[in-house]
Amino acid sequence: MSRRSRLAVFLVGAAGVAALYLLAVLHAPAFGTTTHPMRDAAVRAALAHATANVVSTVNYDARALDTLGEETLLLASVVGAAALLRPTARERETRGAHEPVHVLEPVQLAGYLMLPITLLIGADVVLHGQLTPGGGFQGGVVLGTGIHLVYLTGRYRALENVRPLRVFVAGEAVGTAVFAATGLAALAGAGFLANVLPTGTFGTMLSGGTVPLLNAAVGVEVASGVIVLLAGFLDQLHRTEAAA
Amino acid sequence: MTVIAYGVAGWLLLIGVYGIVRSHDAIHAVVCLSVAQSGSYVLLVAVGYQRGAVPPVFGTSVPPTTPVVDPIVQALTLTDVVVSATVTALLLALAVQIARRHGETDPDQLSALKG
Amino acid sequence: MTADVLVVVALALVAVAGTAVVLTHDPARQAVTLSLSGLALTVLFVVLQAPDVALAQVAVGSAVVPLMVVLAVRTTRTLAARHREQKRT
Repeated sequence: MSRRSRLAVFLVGAAGVAALYLLAVLHAPAFGTTTHPMRDAAVRAALAHATANVVSTVNYDARALDTLGEETLLLASVVGAAALLRPTARERETRGAHEPVHVLEPVQLAGYLMLPITLLIGADVVLHGQLTPGGGFQGGVVLGTGIHLVYLTGRYRALENVRPLRVFVAGEAVGTAVFAATGLAALAGAGFLANVLPTGTFGTMLSGGTVPLLNAAVGVEVASGVIVLLAGFLDQLHRTEAAA
Repeated sequence: MTVIAYGVAGWLLLIGVYGIVRSHDAIHAVVCLSVAQSGSYVLLVAVGYQRGAVPPVFGTSVPPTTPVVDPIVQALTLTDVVVSATVTALLLALAVQIARRHGETDPDQLSALKG
Repeated sequence: MTADVLVVVALALVAVAGTAVVLTHDPARQAVTLSLSGLALTVLFVVLQAPDVALAQVAVGSAVVPLMVVLAVRTTRTLAARHREQKRT
C-alpha cells in the first residue's frame, strides 16, 4: 500500500473514531463529578485492613491477582527482549576491550554523589508503599535506573562490576516467586492472595498485612527487570561498536 | 471542561497513530506508539478526578472522612504505565534485531527486501 | 476556578508535547521530546491528584524509555552503516 493510500485510509478511520469518541464524551459523567461509587468501596476496603495508601490496597490487597499477572507480563517482556538482544555466535568471538570514555570531572562527581542517595530514595519509596504514594513499581524503577549512575564515570567495566547480571536475573525470578508463594500461603486459610497477616496500627511501617511484603517482592522484581533490560541494550551497543 | 479533558486523551491517541502511519523509521514508530498509549493514561486519570478532592492517601493530616479521588483508576493507570514501558522495550529490541538482519529500519523499504 | 485553569493549562501542555514528539522526525531527538512529554504528563497527574501515577510516569517516561530509545538508535545506526559497507565490498 502506497504512503498516500495509507494516509487516506487512516484519515477516514480517524474521522470515524473521532466522531464516535465525541458522541461518547458528550454522554460521559462530567469531569470532576462527586459520584464515584467504586472509590467509596475501595476506601472502605483499605481502612478495614489499616492501609493508608488506598492505591496500594487496590494493587496488592483487593486486586492482587491483577498485579501478579502484570508482574508475569513484565517478566515475559524482559525475557523476550533479553532473548532478542543476546549475542550471535560471531559477536561472542570478538570480545573487545572497553576503553574508558572521557567524562568531565563534575559529571563523574555528580554520579558518585547521587548514586547512594538515589538507591536510598528508591528503597524508601518501596518500603513505604503502604503509607505514602509509592510502592514496589515506582521504587523498583528508581532503584533499577539509579544503579546505572555508575556508568556516568565513563567506564563500562565499573558498571559491569556493580551489577553482576546473574544476581539480577535470579532476583527477577525470586521477586515473582515470593509474590506467588505469599498468595499460595494464604490459600490455606482464606483464599489465593488474601490478606492474612496481622494488620498493624494504621500509619506504621508494618501495617496493612501482606501489603508491605508484596510491595518488597514487586520492588525486587521490577528493579531486577529494569537492570536486566538496560543491560541487554547496553551490551548489544558495546558489542556492535566493538565489532564495527 | 469534560470535552477538553477527554478530548486531549483522544487527540493523543489519534496523533500517535498518525505518527505511526507516516513514520520513516521503526524506532520513530515505536515512540509514536508510546504517545498513543499516554492518551489512555490521561483518560483514566481524568475519569477519576473530583473537584476539591485530595490524593487517596490517608494519614494524620488527612482523616479517613475526607473526599479523595478515585484510587481504582489510578491503580489501573499505574499498571498501564509500567507495562507500556516494558512492551516498548520489547519493540525496541525487535527494531534492533531487524536492523541486524536487514541493515535497514525504514518500514517502507523493509517490505521490498526478501529473506 | 483556579484549579480548573491549572488543569486546562496542564492538559494543553500535554497535548502540545505529544504533538511535538510525533512531529520530530529524528528518533535520537525524539528521545529528548519524549522525556519532556513525560514531564508534562507528570505535572498533569500531580494536578489531577494522582501522585502514585506521577511517580511511576516520571521514573519510567523520563528515564528508562528515552534511555532505551537512545541506545536502540545508536545500535541501529551502527548496524545500518556496517551493512552498507559490507554491501559495497
